[in-house]
Amino acid sequence: MSKPLNIDRLRKEFPILKTKINNNNLVYFDNAATTQKPIKVINALDYYYKNINSNIHRGIHSLAEIATKEFEKTRSIVKKFINAKNEEEIIFTRGTTEGINLVANCYPKKYLKENDEIIISEMEHHSNIVPWQMICKEKKLKLKVIEINKKGELDLNSFKSLITDKTKFVSLVHISNSLGTINPIKKIISICRDNDIKILIDGAQASPHININVQELDCDFYVLSAHKMYGPTGVGVMYGKSKLLNEMPPYMGGGEMIKNVTFNKTTYNDIPYKFEAGTPNIGDVIAFKEAINFINEIGKENIQNYEKDLKNYTLEKLQNIDGLKLVGDAKNRIGVFSFTIENTHYYDLGLLLDAKGIAVRTGHHCTQPIMDKFNIEGTTRMSLAIYNSIEEIDYFIESLKKIINK
Amino acid sequence: MKKINTIQKKIIEEFKILDQDFEMTLNYLMELGDKVPPIKEKYKIEENIIKGCQSQVWLTYKLNNNGFTFSGDSNTEITKGLLSLLIRIYSDCSPKEIIDSNLFFIEEIGLNRFIGTQRSNGLKSMKNKFKIFALSNI
Repeated sequence: MSKPLNIDRLRKEFPILKTKINNNNLVYFDNAATTQKPIKVINALDYYYKNINSNIHRGIHSLAEIATKEFEKTRSIVKKFINAKNEEEIIFTRGTTEGINLVANCYPKKYLKENDEIIISEMEHHSNIVPWQMICKEKKLKLKVIEINKKGELDLNSFKSLITDKTKFVSLVHISNSLGTINPIKKIISICRDNDIKILIDGAQASPHININVQELDCDFYVLSAHKMYGPTGVGVMYGKSKLLNEMPPYMGGGEMIKNVTFNKTTYNDIPYKFEAGTPNIGDVIAFKEAINFINEIGKENIQNYEKDLKNYTLEKLQNIDGLKLVGDAKNRIGVFSFTIENTHYYDLGLLLDAKGIAVRTGHHCTQPIMDKFNIEGTTRMSLAIYNSIEEIDYFIESLKKIINK
Repeated sequence: MKKINTIQKKIIEEFKILDQDFEMTLNYLMELGDKVPPIKEKYKIEENIIKGCQSQVWLTYKLNNNGFTFSGDSNTEITKGLLSLLIRIYSDCSPKEIIDSNLFFIEEIGLNRFIGTQRSNGLKSMKNKFKIFALSNI
């Protein structure tokens, strides 16, 4: 049972929330782009470079040993966080984008042949579109796209109708970064299982907000970014079932990923190291552990409950603003709101909100196909995180109204 | 050149009252943008588009013995406001005057403090478009 949430105390853990922007208190609603970092993450980075900086895994000296242990502790805590079966299934990457690129490069090389089909959806981030387009071109594979409905939800019938005996892989976002839609991935994974299709889930937006249990989901790959879950930038996780990871060829060649190198033949290291060529982002991986500790200490249930309240509150307020149109109205969603305002361009709105200290995102949010689908150029997106407060939402709504009514 | 600098100084003077307040500056730019007459749809063509902005910007011109006459438009009010300042500065100038010009008003009125990389890319592209038009008429 997690402790009840004390939002004021929790906010104090984020030094940046005291920052003034244009003479106003910072109100940070760009959490879908990146979240802020609690002091324990910042301190862990500071501690690492001041006290234990050393290259990991191959050093025999004490510092290398300490750094290695701390680095591997993160792997262990990530394993528990997403409930993977083994630690070796946790591959550290630079982020979600690299995780998807890794799978898009290595999986088809081993398992797919000309004319095989890969399915993605209309609501994917560019990073879950472009890597597949690239490999499809290279290997002459076919890329198919699941449609979304007007509410911004996946059309499951569209998905089912796309499946043929050539369909071998599905790559799908768990929660949309533009629409906030939570996809029914359990159902989709089960359809994949029935049709002998492998599936990757892009969990960049889901990981800070909802519970992730890869064994229960039974997905083949799950990718996420540390920086979207209160951790440092430049670190991500690619979870893969060990059988697949063992069979897939490596992504990059270099140090760490080898067992033995001669000019005639090189043998590769075991997983996870086979996929972790070169010196990793040691300090940030170590600090990432503290971000997960932060989430665990609050508890996903508490996070979900509190964020649900914030989401419902925001939704109601936004729906009552004249001339505001929400883009995406999924029943099952998180606190990510994309909207357009009649007669006000998102660029102007973003700047005017910034003048009031409010950070939101404007543009296409790296999801141009969604913008095309809704026939718009872009939106203003406000996205919530655990440290946001009702007061901040009130201030945002009030500011929005002032700007619109000017 | 003298004219370009005189107008820049005038603009700097006009912005002084805003005391480098971001919000007031933005609102003032929007007011300026609001006064710009929209350009005709037929001018909203590829060669008149200014790339590098989050917003859409178009610029077109006429050139006679008295120099350039520019008309511009944008789908965002703030950008249109900025564009209107550039149009004011460069109107009636010769191609050479535009090419040789140095814009200092942006820094002086503190706009660069508010304009980050994304936004300044748009501004830079706007400034470049004037010079490109000038260069093609030399």
